[in-house]
Amino acid sequence: MNISLRWLEDFLRRELDPADVTGRLAMLGAPVDAVEPLHRDLSEIVVGLVEDVRPHPNADRLRVTSVNDGTERRLAVVCGAPNVTAGKKYPFARVGATVPHGKGGVPMKLEKARLRGEVSEGMLCSARELGLGQEHDGILELDTDAAPGTPLPAALPLADYRLVVDVTPNRPDLLGHKGMARELSASYGTPFRLPQIPGAAGIDVPHARREGAAGSAGRLRVTIEDPQSCPRFHAAVIRGARVGPAPEWLRRRLESVGVRSINNVVDATNYVMFELNQPMHAYDLALLRGGSLVVRRARAGERLVTLDGVERPLTPDMVAIADAEGVIGLAGVMGGAGTEVSDATRDILLEAAWWDPGRTRRARRALNLSTEASHRFERGIDLWGGDAAMRRCIELVLATAGGELAEPPLDLWPTPTHPPRIFLRPARVTQLLGVELPWHELERHLVAVGATVVSKPEDGRIAVDVPGWRPDLQREIDLIEEVARLHGYDSFPAELRPFRLGTRADAPEEAIAASLRRRLAAEGFYEVVSLPLGGDHAADSVRLLNPLATDEAWLRRRLLPGLVRLVEANWANHVADVRLFEIGTAFTDAGAGRRPAEERRVAAVLTGRREPAHWSGTGEARFDIWDLKGRLEAAVALAIPEAEVQVEGQALVVRDGEGRVVGQGGPLSADAPPWAAPLFGFELLVDSAPRRPAPFTPLPTTPSSERVLALLLPEGVHAQQVETVLRRAAGALLERVDVESDYRGAELPAGTRSVAFRLTFRAPDRTLRDSEVDEAESRLLATVAEELGIQRRDAASRDGG
Amino acid sequence: MTGSARPPTTATNDSTDPAGSVTMASTGFPELDALLPRLAAVPALEAAALEAEQVAVLGRKSGLLTAALKSLSSLPVDERKRFGAAVNQLKGQFEAAFAARAEALEAERRRREAAGLDLTMPGRRRWVGAEHPVTRVVDEIVGIFRELGFAVATGPEVETEWYNFLALNFPADHPAMDMHDTLYLDTPPAEGEPGGRLLLRTHTSPVQIRTLLAGPPPVRVVIPGMVYRNDAIDASHLPAFSQIEGLAVDEGISFVDLKATLTHFARRFFSPATRSRFRPSFFPFTEPSAEMDVECQLCHGRGCPACKGTGWMEILGCGMVHPAVLENCKLDSERYTGWAFGMGPHRIALLRYGVPDIRLLLGGDMRFLEQVGRPGGTDTGGVDA
Ligand SMILES: [Zn+2]
Repeated sequence: MNISLRWLEDFLRRELDPADVTGRLAMLGAPVDAVEPLHRDLSEIVVGLVEDVRPHPNADRLRVTSVNDGTERRLAVVCGAPNVTAGKKYPFARVGATVPHGKGGVPMKLEKARLRGEVSEGMLCSARELGLGQEHDGILELDTDAAPGTPLPAALPLADYRLVVDVTPNRPDLLGHKGMARELSASYGTPFRLPQIPGAAGIDVPHARREGAAGSAGRLRVTIEDPQSCPRFHAAVIRGARVGPAPEWLRRRLESVGVRSINNVVDATNYVMFELNQPMHAYDLALLRGGSLVVRRARAGERLVTLDGVERPLTPDMVAIADAEGVIGLAGVMGGAGTEVSDATRDILLEAAWWDPGRTRRARRALNLSTEASHRFERGIDLWGGDAAMRRCIELVLATAGGELAEPPLDLWPTPTHPPRIFLRPARVTQLLGVELPWHELERHLVAVGATVVSKPEDGRIAVDVPGWRPDLQREIDLIEEVARLHGYDSFPAELRPFRLGTRADAPEEAIAASLRRRLAAEGFYEVVSLPLGGDHAADSVRLLNPLATDEAWLRRRLLPGLVRLVEANWANHVADVRLFEIGTAFTDAGAGRRPAEERRVAAVLTGRREPAHWSGTGEARFDIWDLKGRLEAAVALAIPEAEVQVEGQALVVRDGEGRVVGQGGPLSADAPPWAAPLFGFELLVDSAPRRPAPFTPLPTTPSSERVLALLLPEGVHAQQVETVLRRAAGALLERVDVESDYRGAELPAGTRSVAFRLTFRAPDRTLRDSEVDEAESRLLATVAEELGIQRRDAASRDGG
Repeated sequence: MTGSARPPTTATNDSTDPAGSVTMASTGFPELDALLPRLAAVPALEAAALEAEQVAVLGRKSGLLTAALKSLSSLPVDERKRFGAAVNQLKGQFEAAFAARAEALEAERRRREAAGLDLTMPGRRRWVGAEHPVTRVVDEIVGIFRELGFAVATGPEVETEWYNFLALNFPADHPAMDMHDTLYLDTPPAEGEPGGRLLLRTHTSPVQIRTLLAGPPPVRVVIPGMVYRNDAIDASHLPAFSQIEGLAVDEGISFVDLKATLTHFARRFFSPATRSRFRPSFFPFTEPSAEMDVECQLCHGRGCPACKGTGWMEILGCGMVHPAVLENCKLDSERYTGWAFGMGPHRIALLRYGVPDIRLLLGGDMRFLEQVGRPGGTDTGGVDA
């Protein structure tokens, strides 16, 4: 919301410092995003009185003038403007002054010049050269009593600050200068009142004629057919107005809030909107067909060319203003082009209505047409403020365009209501705010926002009538917020008081994720947090209804593909050593009418050197599948302890206790540069069940015996199969099985490899005899021979291993 | 046995003072006593001489002691035993002396070698990784609130309109909804689903509702998680980013508790001297609502471009839980009151690490992650550190 500081000054009748106002508004809940100086660059321009005009001796188009700039000497100034007239005042730039919009629109510092042989000691300026408008066929004639030499900003109400205020959606009242002035009035402790409209002295607009759902304005029959959407509608007819350029002060005022001047009538409606927050509309009465104006729902198929020249389809969900032949305006959003006020307009119909916020919002969203009016109606304007706004607007039109108000304005209000009354309990204020405030302070704050405190405290409560411009004040808590706000949030203490501990248990998945993060970071991985949205999808992907881009249209079902993209990006940066992991949510479709399944997953990728390169020669090895497998197993132990890593073909698959696949790992294909090392990765479900600490097993007190079995594994027999058989056959005495080596060589029998298993035997209660261990070893050899066809490797061929 | 010779052992042999530990006493046999000066000389031998002396004394073929033993047969029977014992004792003494000297020489060699190393050469490192800056911010925030008795709560990222908006007192078709550009799922809601359409939660606040519905107060939880908005990606916006909320509901909780707890938080998170202020604001699910500013961490309140000259930086939104929210959670809003806050760890990470573009937090650029993952230097709460 753009706010003019000068406008506020007119309300508060005091000078305001923009920084001070900014600070106060911030602490009142309306932070100022920007302060923009307006026409502060005109301080070097002064009022110049042209005392004499004579022809230029060498140029027909030019004149030589004598300018009184308030100093003793009269200055010779060459001027090309056709409208320069002796005895009139114009903006004057002396030699050395800077004209804000010189040739090419950039600031220009004036120098003494000779034009066709005549000396020129300054410049008389056009509106465009000063940034005051587009007119440039002549210099700007000043209508001012200020003496020659007066700085222009002091002579004209020009210089201003525009405050760009961030108004929260609950405060429609702050979308008008009056509302802002009310807040500042409470803050400064000074009164405020509506500014005088120049030229309106003596204009006295009568109060409205109250009617039900229908009434007449001029010869027009006005009817509300949809009182739900339009509970109140004001209309007034002004005849014989002269539509034309708005006076300077009005143009400046609208400019200060960033609105372009159209003409005196349209400007009047906009002025009232920015002042009182009541959007108004003006129709050219002569263009209304059939002597009737109806507020009704639009009909299917009806279309309207709005003021911006666009033809828009309407739906029965939208409220329209129609004349006898069709729709002429879209309620709450934008008027129609067909009844627009133009320079040819003589008779005007003014409208001030209250449109249903929800319906306005839906219409503006359906048409994607956001306007100053829809912005305000959506937030809710003052249902009881339309009469004052209409009278203000009439006053403005009469003052600036002339004409005559034919009769008192019409006020259609089928079901009159009062603003709500709310009860406030001082004890409740204390309960919520933690500080006891005397009731007269409560009253003071409520009165400051425009509420009426109807009664003194009785039964421990006070009755408060809230003002119509505060639709956000609906229940007691809303009043308590006002009290806290005006008391000042900073005035409350910030002392820690005793509290009770919460009764909710910690969510276990956060601790589990934390343990995974610590582990993977310690292993050299960097965590990434990527977007769960992407363009990749599969049959069970979850799709978004309204994505901003097609590559953000699907929810990810896996984390690993995103990590591969990140590895590729690193390769593109010539980074070869990449270790990344992510813990995040993945989504899969669960069918129509069902929430998608959400899983927390962990994924990791690694490529490049196993450790940083070192001058001693270590660190040249690249990550391989065993690095991946070891890290996958470590991650499984943390993420989903009851699952295990299984080998299926050339893939590592993680299955949970029920055999479901919950993860996998292995080499990954990617768009890799030739120099890149192999890429590996895994992805895993993270089980959120709380973890129990592993129980203690007593440490061994007896010695162990070790045997190394070098076994010849035929193709197709896996080490894990062998281990399983060994463990089963050996029974309880076999404590550990470790793979020591894996050897292939020509001297081995064809189609075999030699894998050495180190077996550790131990009895918990006694020392094993060698004969026992020998016997166990023989039994194991017999079993693997029988079950897997595995022979012990011949001692003679051992040297190769 | 004559004399009081103790067999020297390597265990008592101090390599830093080898000479002092060799006991020299007469063997009672002149030909053996003749070797004692050589025994005494062992601690002074250099490596090559030591090797030669070992061969000369203990050599199997022509060593002096071997020769002495060979002469045994020429001795009278009763002397043989004594002489044999004396030779063996002397042999033991020589062996111990040689071993001690060899060890001393080896130690000396290592010492010299070590003195020749160029220790300015780089050491051998291991890969180190790091948690994401956003994770670290979340962890730190959670840690501070744990000290204040808060537990961690989580909830689903796909939500219904009821949990995300209606239960949180967002009026339907109200401009307050414009603050939350919502991403909806293309999954039709279940038949008769009271929650309305499925969407990606726009804030972690639905977990407030789930937590309050789960049982009676006292409730003190912090809620970290991803949230989603229909925002185009640019330097300061992402369609998905992290949020963390806090919620405290009990009897007797007031605005003073809110201010006190969050002021304490700001001092713990930034620095003990950090000033903070509370400004009125608006959120449908809290009332009174506030924005909390902390002193700009760049200019410390003097005003700079980063804080638009105000000296303050907005870090979180907060407020007293709206009675309507408590009522929607079947709680007696007259008996229970509470406060809540929400903030964006992505944004705070930008502030904390001085990262100018939020998209850097999204990527997996190892160079960036290594830089912000460095230990130290970034945990003092200010980018000026
Ligand atoms: Zn700053």
